Amino acid sequence: MNRVAITGAGTINPLGHTVSTTLEAMREGRCGIGDLDIRDVDRLAIRIGGQVKGYDPDSRFNRQQQALYDRFTQFTLIAADEAIRQSGLEFGGHLAAQAGVVLGTSGGGLSTLDDNYRAVYEEGKNRVHPFIVPKLMNNAAASHVSMTYNLKGPSFTVATACASSNHAMGQAFNLIRSGMAKVIVTGGSESMLCFGGVKAWEGLRVMSKDACRPFSANRNGMVQGEGAGVFVFEDYEHARKRGADILAEIVGFSMTSDASDIVMPSQQGAARAISGALSDAGINAEQVGYINAHGTGTAANDKTECAAVASVFGRHADTVMISSTKSMHGHLIGGTGAVELLACLMALKDGIIAPTIGYEEPDPECALDVVPNEAREAKVDHVLSNAFAFGGLNAVLALKKG
Amino acid sequence: MSSSVKDKIIEIVAEQAVLEPSDISMDQSLEDLGIDSMGLVEAIFSIEESFDIQVPFNANEPEKSEFDISSVAAIVAAVESLIAEQKG
Repeated sequence: MNRVAITGAGTINPLGHTVSTTLEAMREGRCGIGDLDIRDVDRLAIRIGGQVKGYDPDSRFNRQQQALYDRFTQFTLIAADEAIRQSGLEFGGHLAAQAGVVLGTSGGGLSTLDDNYRAVYEEGKNRVHPFIVPKLMNNAAASHVSMTYNLKGPSFTVATACASSNHAMGQAFNLIRSGMAKVIVTGGSESMLCFGGVKAWEGLRVMSKDACRPFSANRNGMVQGEGAGVFVFEDYEHARKRGADILAEIVGFSMTSDASDIVMPSQQGAARAISGALSDAGINAEQVGYINAHGTGTAANDKTECAAVASVFGRHADTVMISSTKSMHGHLIGGTGAVELLACLMALKDGIIAPTIGYEEPDPECALDVVPNEAREAKVDHVLSNAFAFGGLNAVLALKKG
Repeated sequence: MSSSVKDKIIEIVAEQAVLEPSDISMDQSLEDLGIDSMGLVEAIFSIEESFDIQVPFNANEPEKSEFDISSVAAIVAAVESLIAEQKG
């Protein structure tokens, strides 16, 4: 089986518009969550979110492009540009046919749907722009990345709610590992901070009105975010031969299904995914120094996730560091695992563990080292990234220092 | 306790519990009736729609909610006070 390297990373998210600004914010434990600035916010009960601020679409895309690019596609293209530039790859000839795009998203062009439903239902219009379908479809972002960079190999979109990005990156990993592709541009994007998107989440009664405080005893729910994270996954030998800078190596992936409840998480399903990723990577729990948690800040997720980690890690659960960066950028739903993978790269490459901010009170049901409030320096060789979706679909990645 | 509020709440709770309204007694808790967290959230939605009120409830901290759901009678009382506050 082929080894798989990460040779490029890009992002735009509530903490920054580039990888370096995002990692700086994570190191400093800055919070990107604030008051939502969206239409009809006064009709929402939940009025906070991790919005991408200071972003002007006109600075990146012309009018024709904006007619086709939903905000989730714009975020994807911005992150892909940074990642592919870093990798130094150009896709022509044979390599183009062996390079593809596998991206995660949950809502796809949800804000395009929201805008246009509003136009036909609320404003009574009988006509919408001709490009609504290609703009809102879930695979729009993957297709535009493929068109922009001439990626002609395996390309598709994965939608598994909050695990979409991790499932996508897991597919990318296995496509290269098995030899079906040399390079896959992968990660995920989400942009559902619009009236309808927030209103739907509000209905579930799991959202916090003030802050995302994962693992803290006084946590009171999740906070939505938006943005994208995109990576270049490359055949390790291919990367090595061309002298590419290897940011990290992907060494394992596992996915499981709880087959139990549409919203409540299962300790057993999560634990099987975590142990599956370890065995796929051929490592044991003691070798893992850091886990990027799913850590949504809901009562149910955080205690279930901690119990799952404790059951797999045994005594090592007391020493492994586990943090949730959702405390800073919010829950990016289908894009969340991708932005969170940046914290994994920072741990492996820079030896800095991103904190769980907003941590106020220990919870006996989450009695792990959650790296509260302040980043920490630590040398780690292996890390895990957890994602557990509504619908009971779990996806865990294992990474190794490059 | 107005009978219309009480009857409507019994009807909503009975629907979630998949029981006849006559099978519901006022001192039962939702747990006694086999209503899980999703059933609870759906029942609260039905209450808001039926009485046109906002019910303060966060599933992450049900014990901290001002909305008392400890029994069917408690829910009726809580809804009556919300109606008085919000529509009085």
